[in-house]
This record gives sequence, structure tokens and C-alpha cells, in this order.
Amino acid sequence: MSDTSTRFDRLPATDAERTVEQRATRAEVLDWFDDRFGIEPSVFEEHTFWERGAGKIWAFYGDMDSPVDIEGLGMTVLRTRQEHWKPTLEAVQRFGDHATRNTIALSREQATAFMAGDDQTLAWDGDWGYLIVTHELAGEQEPLGVGLYTYDELQSVVPKGRRREL
Amino acid sequence: MSVLERYEPLIDDVEAFSAACERPLPAAVRVNTIKTTIERAQAALAEADIPAEQTDWNPGLFILPDTSAGGNWPYVHGWLHGQEEVSAIPARVVDPQPGEAVWDCCAAPGSKTTQLAALMDDTGRLVATDNNMGRVSALRSNAERLGVTNLAITIEDSRNHSLKPFGGEEYDRTLVDVPCSCEGTIRKNPDVLEEWSYEHVEGTAGVQKGILKRAVQATREGGTVVYSTCTFAPEENEAVLDHVHDAESCQMVDFDLELDSRPGVTEWQDERFDESVTKAKRIYPHLNDTGGFFCAKLEVTG
Ligand SMILES: C[S@@+](CC[C@H](N)C(=O)[O-])C[C@H]1O[C@@H](n2cnc3c(N)ncnc32)[C@H](O)[C@@H]1O
Repeated sequence: MSDTSTRFDRLPATDAERTVEQRATRAEVLDWFDDRFGIEPSVFEEHTFWERGAGKIWAFYGDMDSPVDIEGLGMTVLRTRQEHWKPTLEAVQRFGDHATRNTIALSREQATAFMAGDDQTLAWDGDWGYLIVTHELAGEQEPLGVGLYTYDELQSVVPKGRRREL
Repeated sequence: MSVLERYEPLIDDVEAFSAACERPLPAAVRVNTIKTTIERAQAALAEADIPAEQTDWNPGLFILPDTSAGGNWPYVHGWLHGQEEVSAIPARVVDPQPGEAVWDCCAAPGSKTTQLAALMDDTGRLVATDNNMGRVSALRSNAERLGVTNLAITIEDSRNHSLKPFGGEEYDRTLVDVPCSCEGTIRKNPDVLEEWSYEHVEGTAGVQKGILKRAVQATREGGTVVYSTCTFAPEENEAVLDHVHDAESCQMVDFDLELDSRPGVTEWQDERFDESVTKAKRIYPHLNDTGGFFCAKLEVTG
């Protein structure tokens, strides 16, 4: 299965229903968002999760018969089938306001560097790995994207097409 | 004869019309209420020192007299989408409700799709179709940027749209924002008239009829179909409505619009159209200082 496939398969609910070995389950995806960011499973109550190609997970409001051959089903939220699962910028912007941990608040200046795709040296005393990057907009912290924190450094993993010089 | 001159018989103030067509159009943005509120988007624009004028008729729409739509913080957060005023009309005429099944049958690059999704509170089911692969990529990117999750995208000729993947369920509402001759976009794209030809008008009108017919068939009885274009050509507007009105079970219905408009025309050259096409609205650039547009609302009767 390549990334250009248009076949979407609904994630099995749990391990017991899994037929494709490496496919994530709905339970694992919900647990992952909860464990990593404190985003509760109820946030995705109305959404189904789908895999297209190998590892890309989409969240769709409502349901369809699976599998389905289609060009798009909701939005890509997560990359699985790798050691560290990686949320998308779009998922973080859409659902990240429910996060209670592993979010890092940047200053305006740091946020500008982050959106330009620059890595920066920053102090962070929490877990290493993927973080939700926020910054203040119109008086509140707002989720902006995904950063990868390791060795005193926050890497910007903003996809090329979303980078901006602000 | 220039292309615009052919429409002079339809227009009350030709001088104002011609002058308006020559003025460039400022940028405009629509607030994406899937991710924020109008008030917070307005505050974010003010914070960024971007002058923004709220339009009288649509509180979620702002004219940006000094800048382009992208390249600012609220845009980067997916709070704003660049969309000119008249383009924001038809989704509001469709008036989709949360939980409904809605089809956008000429959807790319998705300005109106994402507006429909926001009006549905990103619930129910929104199906977006386009036959152009490259434009569908742009649609997908826009929908993701704006955080839309209730959207299923198909690439196909809408004239042959299949309800099969969706369990055969007919739509509650359908938006038919067809390809057209686009003279109404002249203030944004002054070159648009260079490609104009009567053969193209005739060919496009055939496609428009086919798409509108399929839209009426795919919508449930009592459901709503909205037809829109950015052309002034009656061949692509009233003539298409007249044709589909005769061929399918549907009728034109009245609708409110807080912008100044003129009724659809019942006569053009040697053609006569059904009286009910006067319920459609023609928006000329000089009426509200916008682009040009055409919009009609239909109810499915069978
Ligand atoms: C006026 S544009 C739509 C603009 C879009 N509604 C928006 O607001 O961003 C018309 C679209 O119809 C598509 N199209 C043309 N013929 C089609 C057909 N037969 N079936 C489906 N889509 C078609 C074109 O590729 C084009 O993207």
C-alpha cells in the first residue's frame, strides 16, 4: 500500500478485532492522545479513525462502510507504524486546546522562528519527544504546531508547505 | 464589441458598472468558526495591526484594505480563509444545519466547502466532489488547514456522481458552484476576458446543465439546491435554470440577501425563460462594490 492509495480502512476497535498486523487500533489511538497530551477519548467520541497507506491515520466525523475507496476522509491526524507516533500540525491546531500536558508555550519571537522551520535551543524539563507548541494569540495560549524536543533543542517539524516567515 | 458590452442591455447604470469593473478588489477574509470566534479573530487582527473592516451583511467577513489574506498569525492558526465577498454568498443561501448531509459538487479549491463545514459546526456529513486532481489537492490542504473533519472528498465527474459509497442516502442540501466564464472575477483577474469565447460559453452551459440535473436528482424531496456562478452570461445562468426546471422535479424559490442585487432576467437575445428565474439574484460589481455573481435557490419537489 503506498501513500497514493485511495483505500481507507477503519481502524479496528481493539486488538481482538485486528486483521492487519501493524495497523493501530482505535483504542491505541485514543490511549496515545490521552497518555501523551491528556486529550481525553471523549474529544473523539463522534469521530472514526481510518488508515490510508501504511501508517497515516485520518479522523472523520461520523462513519462509513470500510474499506472505502475515496480521495479524502476527514483530516490526517497521526503518523503510526513508527517507534514514536507523530501528530500532524492540523490535528494539534484542531484538537490541541484539549491538551493538558506536553505542551510548550513559546514567546512571539520563538513562535516566529518555529513557524519559519528553525530549530532552537530551549529549556524544557518534561518528557522528550513530540510536543504541542502553543503561543499567545488574542489573549489565550493557542496550539500552533508540533515540535520535537531532544537534547535542549526544540526542532520545528512544521511541514514545508505550512512554513511562514512572519 | 468587448465582452462586457454584450451585457449592457441588462444593466441599469452602465457607466458605474464599467467603472467598477476596472477597480481592483481589496483582499477579504472569512473567519473560520471551526477554530475560533469572530470576536477573537477580530482581536487577533487588531493585535497584528491589520486594518480589517467587518462587512455589513456578513459579520464573519472582513475586508483587508492594506494587505493580502495570508502571512499573519490568525491566518497561520487556521482562523482565517481568504475569500472574496460574493464567494461567501452561496453557502449562506444553502444554509446547511448541523447534522445534515450536504454535497458540494464543484468544490475545489474549497472556499465554499470549508464555509459549509463551519455552518454545519463540522458535524453531519459533507461530500465534496471535483474532477480536477490538482485542484482537489488544494481543497484537501485548505480543509485540513481549517480543521474540517466532516468532509469526504471524491474525484469524479459530478454528472455521474455515485451515492454508493454513502449508502445511497440522498442529500439534504447541495451547492452547485459550477465552472463558468468568470467575467465577474474581472476585478481580481483582469485577463479573464482574453480567454472568453462564445463557443466556450455554449460548451460550459452544457456541462452546467448536466451538473445541476444530477444535483437535483441526488437531493431528497423538499431539499435545497443552490446554483451559483461568477458570470453575467444568461446562457450560463437563467438558461441553465430554465432548462433544468423543465427537465427535473424542482422549483425556484425566493431567498433573502442583505446585498443589493437585480432579479434574474426572463429575456435574452431571442430566448425567453420561465418567469420563476426572476427569483434568482444578479450581483453586479457596482451595486455593492464587489465582484460579480449569480445565485439561485431551488427546492426539490420530487
Ligand atoms: C467555480 S470552481 C469552484 C470553486 C469552489 N466552489 C470554491 O468555492 O472554492 C468550479 C470547479 O468545478 C470543477 N469542475 C468542472 N467540471 C466538473 C465536473 N464535470 N464535475 C465535477 N467538477 C467539475 C472545476 O475543476 C472547478 O474546480
